[in-house]
Amino acid sequence: MVNLFTIMLFISMIMFFMYLMLFYKNYSLEKQSAFECGFEPLSEMRTPFSLRFFILVILFLIFDIEISLLFPIISISTLMLSLFMKTSLLIFLIILLIGLFHEWNEGAIDWMSMF
Amino acid sequence: MLWVTSIFTIVCVLIAVAFYTLYERKILGYIQIRKGPKSVGFWGILQPFADAVKLFLNELILPMKSNKVLFMMAPILGFSLALFLWVIYPSVYCIKFISFSLLIFLCISAINVYCILLAGWTSNSKYAFLGALRASAQTISYEVSMLFILIVPVLLIFETNMEMALKGYSVMFLMFPLLLVWFTTTLAETNRAPFDFAEGESELVSGFNVEYGGGLFALLFLAEYANIIFMSTMSMIWFFYNNNSFLFVLGIVFFSTFYLFARGAYPRHRYDLLMMLCWKSFLPFGICMLFLCLLCWLIMMYFNYIF
Repeated sequence: MVNLFTIMLFISMIMFFMYLMLFYKNYSLEKQSAFECGFEPLSEMRTPFSLRFFILVILFLIFDIEISLLFPIISISTLMLSLFMKTSLLIFLIILLIGLFHEWNEGAIDWMSMF
Repeated sequence: MLWVTSIFTIVCVLIAVAFYTLYERKILGYIQIRKGPKSVGFWGILQPFADAVKLFLNELILPMKSNKVLFMMAPILGFSLALFLWVIYPSVYCIKFISFSLLIFLCISAINVYCILLAGWTSNSKYAFLGALRASAQTISYEVSMLFILIVPVLLIFETNMEMALKGYSVMFLMFPLLLVWFTTTLAETNRAPFDFAEGESELVSGFNVEYGGGLFALLFLAEYANIIFMSTMSMIWFFYNNNSFLFVLGIVFFSTFYLFARGAYPRHRYDLLMMLCWKSFLPFGICMLFLCLLCWLIMMYFNYIF
């Protein structure tokens, strides 16, 4: 897998260097300024952003970890799946769903807070 | 051998992406009652190659206060990830056997977020920054629901390997609503219209790739379209029974056509509604579908125990 990825990276690097050799150079200062509707860029560029995005990423982290916990169960399920495994998976999913509804009730996943 | 097969894969993917862009322009043209590109070559067949040559001859522009190395790294990373995704393309004539190809798919589609975020943040422009923020939040939240939806067919077919999943059965006939939800999720995951907030043309000029032009833009573009075609491949693998490789490819074309129809037919969604659609509707739906599968198993086990 790693050597396959190296091959792919190598080939895209080759395409990039081909492009570096091909293009026609015509530099000017105005071309290099950042895009801002024809004006000179006046204000700060990397501004602070809404906290919503940050909360969303934290929520994503939780659910992604749950999925990575689900994956071993799936890989075992191709071999065998006992009654105990099935019931524990069910309880796990119930806890997950209740957690999601709790977040919903708290208003963490509302994009615009009502209060 | 590895080199030969991977270069062959790359050439096939690039040609597929090239003709897919032509197909998109043709279909969008006929939806808007006009003809698409038709002058270059015969019926405009050579249009994508002309576009590629034009893009690769364009000038490399690095914005003034951008992080130059990272700015050039982002499209390379995105393109190589999109090509790497095609390694796990299941085929009857494959030389490799990856038993957890689904896991690899999930990992790569998670890393794709970094590419978008890098491209937007390093270009040091407000439009690009806002576009990257939106795109990454959207991709991240749809990834969760995508995984939960994808686990349902995996549990039904009992496979995590794609070559074996080809010989599974049609999950589509069992759970048709799941296919619709999956398709909408893939639309949002690849930042396609009507969910194209990464490049909302009306408010952000071109989203996270405003500052890109020429060959770097071509690399980003190719990566995006390769991801789209692979997503339609995924829906073909996990939701249909494919014993005929010709019908399999035809199904991929069918699904990628629906991407274009969705782009031609629907206006842009609202951003907060899109996020709510993911967290409040698709994610509980996915979890409940998993729940339903397990419950059916338990009931079946119970009856097996009785009789």
